[in-house]
Amino acid sequence: MTAGDDPRGPLAGAPDISLDAVLPPGEPAVFETFLADPGGAAGALEVSMGRIRREQVRRLVGSKTFLVGSVIVLWWVVCAIFGTLFVPYSATTPDILSTNLAPSAAHWFGTNNVGEDVFSRVIVGARDILEIAPLATLLGTVLGTTIGLAQGYLRGAVDMIVGRIVDAALALPIVIVAFIFVVAIGPSTLTLIVVIGFVFALIIARTVRTAVLQERELDYLAAARLRDESVPHVMFVEILPNVLGPILVEFTVRLGYAIFTIATLSFLGFGLQLPTPDWGADVATNYGYLSAGYWWETLFPALAIASLVIAINLIGDSIEAVLIQ
Amino acid sequence: MILATSAGLPGTIEAPSTTLEVSHLDVSYRVRGNERPALRDVSFRIGRQESFGLVGESGCGKSTTALAITRYLPRNGSLSGGSITVNGQDIAALDKRSLRQFRARVVSMVYQEPGRALNPSIRVGRQVAEVYEIAGMKKSEALARAEEMLRVVQIADRGRVLGSYPHQLSGGMLQRVMVAMALATEPSLLILDEPTTALDATVEAEVLDLVSSLRQQFQTSVLFISHNLAVIAKMCDRVGVMYAGELVEQGPAREIFENPRHPYTVGLVRCVPRGGQSKDHGRLDAIPGFLPEPGEVQVGCVFAKRCALADQRCTEETPPTYEVSATRTSRCHYHEQAPELPRATPEDVMPRRADGGEEPVIRLRGVSKTFHVRGEQVRAVVGVDLDLKVGETLGIVGESGCGKTTLARVLLGLSVPDEGSVIELDGSPLAPECTSRSRKQLQAMQIIFQNPDSALNRRHNVRHIVTRALKKLAGLSGESCENRLLEVIRSVRMEERHLALRPYQLSGGLKQRVAIARAFAGAPRVLVCDEPTSALDVSVQAAILNLLADLQSRERVSYVFISHDLGVVRYLSDSIAVLYLGRVMEHGPAGTVFAGPHHPYTESLFSAVPSLDGTRRERIRLKGEIPSSAHSPAGCVFHTRCPRRLENGLCDSSEPPFVEVEPHHMMRCHIPLEELRRLQATQSAPVPEPSP
Repeated sequence: MTAGDDPRGPLAGAPDISLDAVLPPGEPAVFETFLADPGGAAGALEVSMGRIRREQVRRLVGSKTFLVGSVIVLWWVVCAIFGTLFVPYSATTPDILSTNLAPSAAHWFGTNNVGEDVFSRVIVGARDILEIAPLATLLGTVLGTTIGLAQGYLRGAVDMIVGRIVDAALALPIVIVAFIFVVAIGPSTLTLIVVIGFVFALIIARTVRTAVLQERELDYLAAARLRDESVPHVMFVEILPNVLGPILVEFTVRLGYAIFTIATLSFLGFGLQLPTPDWGADVATNYGYLSAGYWWETLFPALAIASLVIAINLIGDSIEAVLIQ
Repeated sequence: MILATSAGLPGTIEAPSTTLEVSHLDVSYRVRGNERPALRDVSFRIGRQESFGLVGESGCGKSTTALAITRYLPRNGSLSGGSITVNGQDIAALDKRSLRQFRARVVSMVYQEPGRALNPSIRVGRQVAEVYEIAGMKKSEALARAEEMLRVVQIADRGRVLGSYPHQLSGGMLQRVMVAMALATEPSLLILDEPTTALDATVEAEVLDLVSSLRQQFQTSVLFISHNLAVIAKMCDRVGVMYAGELVEQGPAREIFENPRHPYTVGLVRCVPRGGQSKDHGRLDAIPGFLPEPGEVQVGCVFAKRCALADQRCTEETPPTYEVSATRTSRCHYHEQAPELPRATPEDVMPRRADGGEEPVIRLRGVSKTFHVRGEQVRAVVGVDLDLKVGETLGIVGESGCGKTTLARVLLGLSVPDEGSVIELDGSPLAPECTSRSRKQLQAMQIIFQNPDSALNRRHNVRHIVTRALKKLAGLSGESCENRLLEVIRSVRMEERHLALRPYQLSGGLKQRVAIARAFAGAPRVLVCDEPTSALDVSVQAAILNLLADLQSRERVSYVFISHDLGVVRYLSDSIAVLYLGRVMEHGPAGTVFAGPHHPYTESLFSAVPSLDGTRRERIRLKGEIPSSAHSPAGCVFHTRCPRRLENGLCDSSEPPFVEVEPHHMMRCHIPLEELRRLQATQSAPVPEPSP
């Protein structure tokens, strides 16, 4: 071994720092290593990268935003899986004798106009939405990533054509686009997944494309070209692992939107079909009774939607904050 | 006097003879609850109007020292011992208000990257004037002062500069502006932190000259921080060498570099290729081992682990600051023996196999590359004719924007050259684009990029990176691939344990070794090295250069070696091409090109580079800035800046042909060779060059 080959890198905690760099508050210890002088910035950088990865996980788990979001999402996941086992009443059995009851000890969230227990319906209603939304988002992410990688790496005509289609799709509200397709194909769980997945794919493709464009300038891709690597190899083996960060953030953000979209479609009557308990549909069936003073029939399913969307966004925000810093 | 210096600042009643006094300074950074020492017992003083240099490799604590002096340590850094006094005032005792005053009036700083130190959305004039406004001047007056200050830093076109945004100005111009801003308040202490590292050689020389002359004019003390020994040697009266947070040696600059008395300084000076050192005569020395982790060395000498002179005493007893002479100190128990430090690497050279009169492996004829940018034609490379022989190195030198990297990319097929360009490999023409080249042709030519962080996929480990190249280029698989992998990894002096690591777990030097291993995996015939050591510390650079030289003599690979560092190019090259605005201005055997007579551009380039030997040469000053490739001057492209331009107007109107002025020595100049020889012999002797 000869000079300067320290695999641990030199002086990680105490490198030279250039004055003009702005140190992010809170965690300067990690980032100062980025600011080493050019004589050997690389040497100081490498330790920090390893540290940063551990640091990222540590900070994610330590962040309150992430914690609150996870607890709420976890709660709804438990409801979705085991809800039917612990609800006090059957969610789908009408009880003519106890319609429109206000919240009480017997019916925590009251009952609706056919006498179903609102609490039980809210709990069980988590199931379908938590099944469709992640599947739709996953489909959208996989598809969108592939499109985005192709767009960003190949550029040219592919990029142009797909780019314009994305523009067109984004010009319309997602709900309207999804709405048109659901009407045309006929509402079903599969339709919802495919339609939302496709629309999201276009949006996710745009994010991935931007990330790929930055990678495109790096020399490791020139090295790959000089090795005569195939296009799929370059896209999926060389580039993809380097753009997973933005894709992860995009996935969580889209998941929130997917829930919102599904609930909206259900509200409009093109989502899941009754009697399956569903938050959006419940809001739709019951909001007419608001004027009669039966607020609980609408409020609780609406709150459920809101809490899930917010929780997922909280998780998305905290992941993004950690990755971007 | 433009401004009342340090008016109203407490503690500066009369001018003391010492501007800065740092004594027994300890600084530590708090990292996850642990105190990590960054500076340990650093003491030095800078007298009035003195210029003091801090030199050392990355991570040694140079910039931390500057931060501590300006009290700009990051919030996890703290001054845990010792004191810093500026003009007799203890800076730790300053309250918020006087600290602002102190930073505004007493100490100024010039940063490495002027482009980042200025606000990109505010015109330069406003930013310079702001310095005066803070001092309490009216807007109009401040602007007038700003213009006056730009005159002081020798900016001719002041109106344009004042009205420009930073991105519209060149790096050298911006650094002048920064110097103007720093000196505007006539500070007692000017701190320059790697001020010319980001600049080209000729521009660097101008900025350094400017700083030297202004230092006298403004009677300012200077703290000059750099990793470049030669720059420090040129700029500083006294110098301190830092290693692992300690000031290991201190003394007059010339003495330190000519007769170092600390083993680290000895090693550092030996790492730098200079004085016409070449791969044919000997290998460079390197410093073995690694920089210790902060706080790792509690007792004993910080350098002991890497020092060939170290014995038990060095690891048990922390060396005090020995007085070597009245003006010099060294933190080494054996400072008397330091100059006899044994070499860390053998000097022997593997004998080169004799070549003779072979056909070139690469032939370039009329290679041009034009970029079309917003309707303008940018001619990055123009009509380049070059040959590369088997087992030889062609060095390509030139300043940024001269087309070095474009030429490399065109050669590799990463960039498509203009119609009519001919690139031949072993006499058969190559397709312009690498995707249309055969597997065999791709295998024959590979590249080592400048920045290993960009060149290595950060998500792949070393095994994957090198194996992939073996599979695709050498066509190996299975056991033979595995065997060859180990062979390649060992040939770049890495070990099996490195295979599982990803680039971010490796140091800069190791990363570049992985890149070299990948490039050598397919047993290439030609290797393009695009500034392969410019991101590395000098001791690491020495090791990489030795490695490249060894691999070349063993594998008979030809290199196209691109660098802005003339010493490095000289060390590795057999022939040298000098590029200016995409044209080859001069081409010939390395010895001939360095010995001269030179093309006027080559001459000014060589004379701009400070040398460590202390041979001060008369510098050829270049006028103006490098023209843009989009608007190359008519006639000889260099005539706008040429110090030897002919008066008869020939240079302005017609482009000189590229002709052989003496055997194997090509040049593009109207001035006859003998005339150049006469001019250069009488006016200056730019490079003292021993004949090879």
